[in-house]
Amino acid sequence: MLKDITIGQYFPGRSVLHRLDPRMKILLTIGYIVMLFTVSNPLGLCVGIVFLIFSYAISGIPPRMITKSLKPVIPIIIFTTVLNMFFVQGDPLFDWWIFHISRQGLLTAVVMTIRIVCLIAGTSLLTYTTSPITLTDGLERLMKPLKRVRFPVHELSMMMTIALRFIPTLIEETDKIMSAQKARGADLESGGIMQRARALVPILIPLFVSAFRRADELALAMECRCYRGDVGRTRMKQLHYSWQDGVAAAVTAACIGAVIAVNLFAPVIF
Amino acid sequence: MLENVTLDVCPGEFVAVLGHNGSGKSTLAKHFNAILLPSSGTVYVGGIDTKEEDRLYDIRQTAGMVFQNPDNQLVATIVEEDVAFALENLGVPPEEIRRRVDESLKAVGMYDYREHSPHQLSGGQKQRIAIAGIIAMRPKCIVLDEPTAMLDPQGRREVLRTIRQLGSQFGITVVLITHYMDEAAQCDRVVVVDNGKIILDGQPRQVFSHVERLKSVGLDVPQVTELAWLLRRDGYQLPDDILFEEECVQAIEKLLEEHHVSH
Repeated sequence: MLKDITIGQYFPGRSVLHRLDPRMKILLTIGYIVMLFTVSNPLGLCVGIVFLIFSYAISGIPPRMITKSLKPVIPIIIFTTVLNMFFVQGDPLFDWWIFHISRQGLLTAVVMTIRIVCLIAGTSLLTYTTSPITLTDGLERLMKPLKRVRFPVHELSMMMTIALRFIPTLIEETDKIMSAQKARGADLESGGIMQRARALVPILIPLFVSAFRRADELALAMECRCYRGDVGRTRMKQLHYSWQDGVAAAVTAACIGAVIAVNLFAPVIF
Repeated sequence: MLENVTLDVCPGEFVAVLGHNGSGKSTLAKHFNAILLPSSGTVYVGGIDTKEEDRLYDIRQTAGMVFQNPDNQLVATIVEEDVAFALENLGVPPEEIRRRVDESLKAVGMYDYREHSPHQLSGGQKQRIAIAGIIAMRPKCIVLDEPTAMLDPQGRREVLRTIRQLGSQFGITVVLITHYMDEAAQCDRVVVVDNGKIILDGQPRQVFSHVERLKSVGLDVPQVTELAWLLRRDGYQLPDDILFEEECVQAIEKLLEEHHVSH
């Protein structure tokens, strides 16, 4: 049961987006976010939407995944929509008791909603098409310049890797401990919240003890394999930008360019 | 924990270290690659004193170590990345890493699994990956600390076959710490440790013929050796160095035939 969970939301596939260099994908995602927030009229927003639909189409990710990724942010969307609708001042459209909706307010609300939806769907595409480990690798290499200011880039990515490696192991272990405690008569399923939280203690304590022991042994095994942090380390898998990365970058740059051009020459609406 | 231990392991040897829990056999193993340093006396690994701190990585590269729990020694989430880990730490160039990783994975028969993640593999397979990760460093010697203790019979067989191959095909010196008698019986040499002292040292046949001595320190002998010993004690004429089932069967058959003829 617990074993079936997946880490991250990676959706394996062989599309162009899957094969892009992770560094490029991270950069393009940042570019897309910038694009969404520089947009200042409906035409520009359309460019952002078309870009997103196009990306999903070539990635082979089923569209229902978009709704799945949006589910957790629905409260935020509703909150910003309501806030914008009622509190942006402007030409009144609708007046009743203490509620005033203005034309500008309605427009801002619609635009903000579309922006947030595009933002979440766009960034989710990054995690759908990139496995957590590749993502970690890409981040480590992108952040390499930060090493100059003594930011522990390598250490962080090592921690991420080890965490990803041990999640399935620890889940399996939790399963075993739960069975063991149930066999001793532990009641994990009934009672109120407090009682259930208390019932978790006999599961968490053995889990932590074993996790510390594992950490100790792993550290020893790493030392035996000559691990000494970042000193003189090379990597087996080198990342290379391919022509596809170039094309992706060019397309994204063109879209950002289009948005800026639209902003400059068309009237600024929001 | 260890006292008066003098032990020379020669290049290419396949040595088993036997002892019950707490006998000091793991402590001994940890001295072989400078995880522990002797409080007095010296340990030389490939001619290097383990106290020489600046040659620590040479020592660890010369004597690789595999531990008991396969889950707690794999670092990466992909098999081939894990095998590459030691080489990445040593700063080997990428193409060379690729070549050695493929070579090591083929040596342990796990090449087809190179893109799997460790939690999809069985215990025996994980342990073979751990061994591949060590032999990728091209060590002269590999120390295995009870590598089969947590495995099922199938996994034990796989891992043992791999270990034996290391010696015969690649000429790597193997030190196998174990408490399984049948594993020790397959080695060239058996060292028995008790209470931090070496009490027996020799070829398996010699060592296992000291049945009483081994029993007195809480160790068993291979089942067939024990059978022969019990029969001999009851007055049957059997040799005292039986190690394998077939030998035992033959010896008993011979005995029965003689018995038949004499009547």
